[in-house]
This record gives sequence, structure tokens and C-alpha cells, in this order.
Amino acid sequence: MPLMIGVPREVFPGERRVATVPDVVEKLIKLGFSVAVESGAGDAANFSDDAYRAAGAQIIDSAASVWASSDIVFKVRGPTMEEVGLMREGGTLISFIWPAQNPELMQQLAAKKATVLAMDSVPRMSRAQKMDALSSMANIAGYRAVIEAAHHFGRFFTGQITAAGKVPPAKVFVIGAGVAGLAAIGAASGLGAIVRANDTRPEVADQVKSMGGEFVAVDYKEEGSGVGGYAKVMSEGFQKAQRETFAKQARDVDIIITTALIPGKPAPKLITAEMVQSMRPGSVIVDLASEQGGNCELTEPGQVVVRHGVTIIGYADLPSRLSKQSSTLYATNLLRLLEELCKNKDGTINVNMDDEVIRGATVIKEGNITWPPPPPKLSAAPATPAAAKPAVPAPAKGGHGGSGAPASGSRAAVLFGVAALLFWGIGAYAPAAFLGHFTVFVLACFVGYMVVWNVTPSLHTPLMSVTNAISSIIAIGALVQIAPPLTAGVERPEDWIRWLAVIGVGLTAINMFGGFAVTRRMLAMFRK
Amino acid sequence: MSESLTTIAYLGATILFILSLGGLSNPETARRGNMYGMIGMAIAVLATVFGPHVTSAGISWIIVAMVVGGSIGLYAARVVQMTQMPELVALMHSLVGLAATLVGYANYIDSAASANFSGAEMKIHEMEIYIGVLIGAVTFSGSLIAFGKLSARIGGKPLLLPGRHWLNLGALLVVIYFGVQFMRAETVNAGMMPLIVMTAIALLFGIHMVMAIGGADMPVVVSMLNSYSGWAAAATGFMLSNDLLIVTGALVGSSGAILSYIMCRAMNRNFISVIAGGFGSDSAKPKAAGGAAEPAGEVVPVSAAETAEMLREAKNVIIVPGYGMAVAQAQHTVYEISSLLREKGVNVRFAIHPVAGRMPGHMNVLLAEAKVPYDIVMEMDEINEDFPDADVAMVIGANDIVNPSAAEDPTSPIAGMPVLEVWKAKTSIVMKRSMASGYAGVDNPLFYKENNRMLFGDAKKMLDEVLVSLKAG
Repeated sequence: MPLMIGVPREVFPGERRVATVPDVVEKLIKLGFSVAVESGAGDAANFSDDAYRAAGAQIIDSAASVWASSDIVFKVRGPTMEEVGLMREGGTLISFIWPAQNPELMQQLAAKKATVLAMDSVPRMSRAQKMDALSSMANIAGYRAVIEAAHHFGRFFTGQITAAGKVPPAKVFVIGAGVAGLAAIGAASGLGAIVRANDTRPEVADQVKSMGGEFVAVDYKEEGSGVGGYAKVMSEGFQKAQRETFAKQARDVDIIITTALIPGKPAPKLITAEMVQSMRPGSVIVDLASEQGGNCELTEPGQVVVRHGVTIIGYADLPSRLSKQSSTLYATNLLRLLEELCKNKDGTINVNMDDEVIRGATVIKEGNITWPPPPPKLSAAPATPAAAKPAVPAPAKGGHGGSGAPASGSRAAVLFGVAALLFWGIGAYAPAAFLGHFTVFVLACFVGYMVVWNVTPSLHTPLMSVTNAISSIIAIGALVQIAPPLTAGVERPEDWIRWLAVIGVGLTAINMFGGFAVTRRMLAMFRK
Repeated sequence: MSESLTTIAYLGATILFILSLGGLSNPETARRGNMYGMIGMAIAVLATVFGPHVTSAGISWIIVAMVVGGSIGLYAARVVQMTQMPELVALMHSLVGLAATLVGYANYIDSAASANFSGAEMKIHEMEIYIGVLIGAVTFSGSLIAFGKLSARIGGKPLLLPGRHWLNLGALLVVIYFGVQFMRAETVNAGMMPLIVMTAIALLFGIHMVMAIGGADMPVVVSMLNSYSGWAAAATGFMLSNDLLIVTGALVGSSGAILSYIMCRAMNRNFISVIAGGFGSDSAKPKAAGGAAEPAGEVVPVSAAETAEMLREAKNVIIVPGYGMAVAQAQHTVYEISSLLREKGVNVRFAIHPVAGRMPGHMNVLLAEAKVPYDIVMEMDEINEDFPDADVAMVIGANDIVNPSAAEDPTSPIAGMPVLEVWKAKTSIVMKRSMASGYAGVDNPLFYKENNRMLFGDAKKMLDEVLVSLKAG
């Protein structure tokens, strides 16, 4: 029985986005789902009911029946309390949730035995980029911020020399070079402005340059990258140096776009009232962090205000102001997430909590709150080296040429039984001297297994050549046979043994010296 | 040096070996790890030479053997090309195997060595000799064949005798039979015959085993033989009641086994089926029978100048090196191209498939030799998601590891093997000598994709031309 996906109209005042678009509806149906859209859901984003109907969706008149009839609900904003009331018991909801800010909503949803995937909690990993709605929304916000600024700014962005006189180019300063910041840099330099940008994370300097901006560094040494590619709170000394840099920029530029956010914290106040005062009249500040309190002291969330002759734009709904674009991208993000949930393309979903991405996004699983997830292992920043891979615990088979394959269930039991029998046999019949060696042997197998398991693939060859060199320890065996101290009267074929042993020593010496030397040569080439 | 002192020295050597292997798992500590290994080996050898088991009469022999062997080894290590590393390592494994066999024989004919044993201990001692020689001989002949295959002295196609599994089973039974004969033998002379027959069978078995394994599985084989050489050392340790040999052998053996396992997992192949051999032969049948979709479409060749043009206009380039780059020795040119592009602000990265080349980590070593910084060299899992964002994916002499049929065609012999998804890039350029299929013998539909371009010719020559055009532009 294919599941029904329901898309109600967004009820938040001023919200113009919709959680799916006709193109995506077609793809959802191809995945095996059926889709129901509330009548008028896409109106504000210029998607008519007819377009949805043509794509194969069913149009339902009332929100209540959309909520009641669908197994999975797609939304943009988190549901209101009334909407939660309409929700079907045990249903699935995919939307923005912001679980940290909305504990009450989380409780309500949990009480409904719902499974909830929060688009804001999708982990920031390469694999999850296609579902990263925060990034796609931030991209739109960055672009729109520049458009809003241009709208309120009384001049051209690009410098021109016209018959009517010379026009200087506008100077734009972008604070925070995340996705939104980079999009703003790109849009502003596309319009012809001179763009500068700053970020506490030095590794983004190249990205700023790649978008056509100039990186303004704060002259203070401190690494600003936190876990998961986000910024972190900086030290007092850094903040002082940063304020000086910003004050200097404020006097010089026409437009400031701030995008500085630290996850789970109020937005840092970076632009003070004095800085605003020092700006030229007619300048514009766009504060993308207004929802979290704003980066500028004078920002009024949701409003456009003029202070000291400077227009300060505090809209919190920039993506919604580009509703067609943001709906399309958001719908695609949802589709990608659903593809991960529905690997078999059979119209059913499997919330696989072993998958790191799905684990991260799932904030409530069948009524149990599963937020926050365990911390992400990899930073999204390319400059940081990959962290150690998670070691998969696998039972090593002692004294066996086989590998340490993770065996499951009954196979493990059989293996265990065989090993136990084998050990019992050895214990029952082998002499004591042998057991000592055997103990050492089995333990050494485990040590080897533990030591090597985490090797990085780039070092496989050197590792192999060093283990090869080490295996020439067998030389010891030959050495002790060349001329052992003999008790008198023992007959032995002296010459034969000596020659065999000497050849053995010679062969292993090739290996010993050659192996270490070649490993050394190889390793000397590895450099950062 | 007294017995106890030697034992303590051995303990020190063991610890150093463990540190050595541990150090080798990370580029930062790898050099130190190698140093530990050298010190450990030096301690072990010196403690033995000056220990109670070697009298002064043997010293001169030892020095001569060490100097001769050591200089050959050092010479080989100096002159070997990085592209020939797999061959060298395989050859060295065979030396360990041969040494283990010789030591086993020497120990058997040495009546002094077994004088202290009686009853069950004697039997166990004999069994240890037998097993030691067996593993040594298999390692020896198997590694020699691997060496031959890797250096292209022997063809890469798997040799499959009819009923080879039965053949192997038969060989095993014969080996066991002669093992019993060997243990029953009263005198050394009587036991010699079974031992020699077993050695011959073991040698044949080693040859047969590696001959049956296809070229694409060679990385697994090399690390498996590495593991065998460790087990051979461990068996010798049991034979001589020497804990250092046992521990070191077990370390090497288990680490080799794990490496093989990691390799197999990277290829999505079962360890047993790799060992059983015959890649691309048994599995080729369903392809013929099912008439799997023949790749259709047109191949679009490009020139080196056009390639340079595409690279210059790209913002995001991913280079996928394969065995072809190693053969053509093109890694230095690749480095020059990549650094030139990076200076121009192009984001260049390298994508390494776990089994690219002919041994694990082969490509990383070559790129490191060419001074490519290792932080732009990515593993498959790290970079596969990024192909859709890449403007150009340049494949240099690789085939099977970028074959889309592994992902798209369930009847393909390589179905399910994770591959680098170069076809998702905006444009992919495949550098290749001809349209011949790869080591696995599977046709590659990538070449016929619309967004794919082929640059035919020797990788080094073509890349040099690309470099010249890039510099000119």
C-alpha cells in the first residue's frame, strides 16, 4: 500500500513558500507515493492547483482532510499547535522544526506518536548536501539580501563613466561567509559592486575569493572553526580586534550585509550604534541574523527602519520573498531526503537510524524524542583532515588465516562454538610448553588486528612493505641454526644445516634491508 | 649475553614492532613507525647473534650472509621505480616464504634441535615443522607468480583448470595423508620423503592458487601473501619455541589479513570468492546468456588542446588516476597540471578508488612521489558525492573503477562494486590508449555517455601536450 504524502497550505502569516512543487510531485509519484495538495497551497509561490493536478497530485479543499488523510506531511514551517491537533496519530512529518527553540512543539508531536524529521537538523556532511535545506534557503536569503539592499540604496552598484558624470561603484561589506554570505558576495559582485567579506574561519578566504570578493582578515590569531563547519564563539581579544576592523569598514562602505550566526546561541552583536552613525547617510545594512536577535544593535526584527540616515533591513523572511525559487529548492531537498528514506522506490519509508544522515534529521521517532543526535564526526570544512574512521568492532578469529569479517547472528554463534571446541581440544591435549606459545600467538593476532584496523588507505602500500620487512624476523630462525652451542656427542649434518641457514639469512637480509629502505623512501615522499 | 637478557631484548623488539605498525596507520607518525621497525629489527638480530644460541664460529658466516643480502636489498630499494612497488613487495614476500621453507628443513635434519623432545611434544614439534614448511612453500611459489603477473611476465587472465576446487581439495587431502606419514616416520631419512612430496604439492598449490586469481583482484592477493608470510614466520616461531617469531609473525599475519579484508570490502567482494579465484570468468556467463545491454552510442574523441581548454574553463576539477597513470609514469605531469590549475584558482582534487592500481594504496604512493599534497587526495567515500558539482572529471588510465555498469547494470560481473561516479560530473574526460576493456574484461558504458570525451594516446604523452597548451593559454 503506497503511502500518501500530504502538503497543506502554510498558515504562518506572510509565509509564501510551499513544501512541494509540480515537478517534484511527478518524481514523488515515480517513487511510488501518492500526493495530496491542499487547494491554494502553491498560490503565493505561483503554482496553481491545476499545475499540481496535471503533475498527478490530488487537490483537497480543507487543511483538516489533508492532515487526516496523509501518512507523511511535508511542510516548510514547523506546524502550529492547531495543525498538530489535526495530525494523524503515528504519522510522519518532515519540515523545519528547530527543536532547541520549540520544546513545547516537540512534546506535542511526541504525544501524537509521530515520527518527525527536521530539515534544520540534517547533518552537514558531503553526502547530505543534497538535502541541506538550510543551505538552499541561506543561498536564497543571501541573494535576496543584495536585492533588498539595492532596492533601498540610492545609487548604482557598478561604477560607470557616463556623459552625465562619473559614478563610483558601491562598496559592500559582507560579514560571515557561510552559504548566505557567499551567495550575497556573488550577487553583489555580479551587480558590479566592490565586495569585501570577513569570517572568523580563515579557511573560507579562498571561497570568498572564488565568489569575486576580497577577504578582510581580522589581525588576530585564533582558529574560529567549530564542529560541523560552523563558527564558534571567539575570545575577548579577538572580538576587540574584530570590532576595530568592522568600525574601519563601516566608515568606508555603503552596504553592510551581516550573516553571522553561531548555532544555538543568540546572534553576536557585531555592528554597534556608533558604527551605524559613522556610515554615510543613504547607506544600507541588511541583517540576515535578525530572527536570532540581529548582528546590528539597531536592527528591528521583521522591519525596515532608518537610523542615523542608514536604512536597516531586518526582514526574517527573505527566502519567502523569493517564494517560487525557494519552494522549488526546498521541494527538491525534501525529495532527496525521501529518496534516502525510500531506497526501494516502492512508496514506503524506512527510518533507518543507522544511517548517519537520517539519524541526525530524525528528531522524534514514533513518539520518542531522539534529539539531539550524537555529535557529527566530520567537519564540513575541507581544510580539516578527516577524523579517524569509526572502527567497526568485528570479532577476530584467533590463529586463523581468515579476515576479521563482522559475522552476524547465527554465524557468529557457530564461529564461537568452533573456536571454543578448538581451544578445548588444544587445552586437553597440548603440552604446557606449547600452550605458553599459543597464548602469546593468539594475543599477538589480536594486537595486530587492533593496531592495523584504523590505517588510512593512503598508507596501505607503506604498511605492507613495512610488515614485509618485519616478517624478515624469520632471520632469527636461521641465525640460531648456523652454529648453535652443541652438547658433545650429538650427530648432526653440520654442513647441510649451515648452508640452508646461511641462505636463509641471506634471503631475509635482502628483505630486511630492502623492505625498510623502500618504506623509508616511500614515506619521505608523503607530505602535506 | 644470557638467556634472560636475550628474552628481554626480544620483548623490547616486539614492543617496537607493535609501535611500528601502529605508527604506520597515520601519515604524521609513519616515518617514526618505520624507524621503530628498524630499531626493533636491529635489536632482535643483535640479541640473537650475541645470545646463547649462536657461537662465535657462526659469526663470520652471518656477517657474510647479512652483507650480501643486505646490499642486494638496499640496491633493489634504491633503484626500484615507484610504479614497480607491487612487484617488489611480491618478490620480497617470496623470499620470506623461501626462508621459512629452508629453516624448516634445516630444523628437521638438525637432530640436536629435537633432542629435548619426547612423546606428544615431539609430535607437536614435527607438526610445527610440517606446517611451517607448508605455509612457507605456498607463500614462496604464490608470491613468485604474483610477481610474474604484476610485472606482466605472466598474463593477467585467470588460469582456470577444470575442477580446480576439487584439485585443491585433493591436494589438501594428499598433504594431510603425507603429514600423517611424516609424523609416523621413525628416522629423519624416513620422514624426508613425505616432507619433500608435501613441499612439491605446496609449491604447485601456491602457483595454482595465484594463477586462478584475476588481475583485478591483485591488490587483495598481494596483501594476502603478506599475511601468509607472517603466518610462515609464526609457524617457524612455534617450531623453534621462539616467542619473538610467534608474536611478530602473528602481527604481520593478522595485519595482512585485515588489509585483505579491507580491500575486499572496498570492492564489495567476498574474501572467500577472491581466494577461490576466477574473477570475470564464471561471472561473465550470465552476461552472455542474458544479453545484457550492449553499450551503445558514440564515442567522442577530443584533442589535448581541447582538453586543456575544458580544464581552463572549469572551476572544479576531479582527477581520477588509475593503473594507466602508473604505467605511463605520468604522475609528475599530473602534478604539474594540477598545480598550474590550482594557481589559477581552480579547485583540483584527486579521487582515489581503494583498488586503483595493482596494490593497496598504490596511487597514493605515486602521487606522493610527485609531491601532490595529501590533503587534496580524497578517498572514494569522501569525494563521490562531489562529482555532480565538478565541471571536469579527468580519468587517467582507469577503467573498471569508473564503470557505471557496476551501479546501473545488475547483470554486470562487477555489479555492486562501489565505483567513482565520474559520469555525474558535467564533463568527464577519459584518457586511454584504446577502447580495450579493463582488467576485469568488462565493457565500459561510460565511454559512450553523452557528457564523456575520450582522449586517446599514451597518458604521459597526452598529458604533456595538455600541459603545454595550458601554459600557452
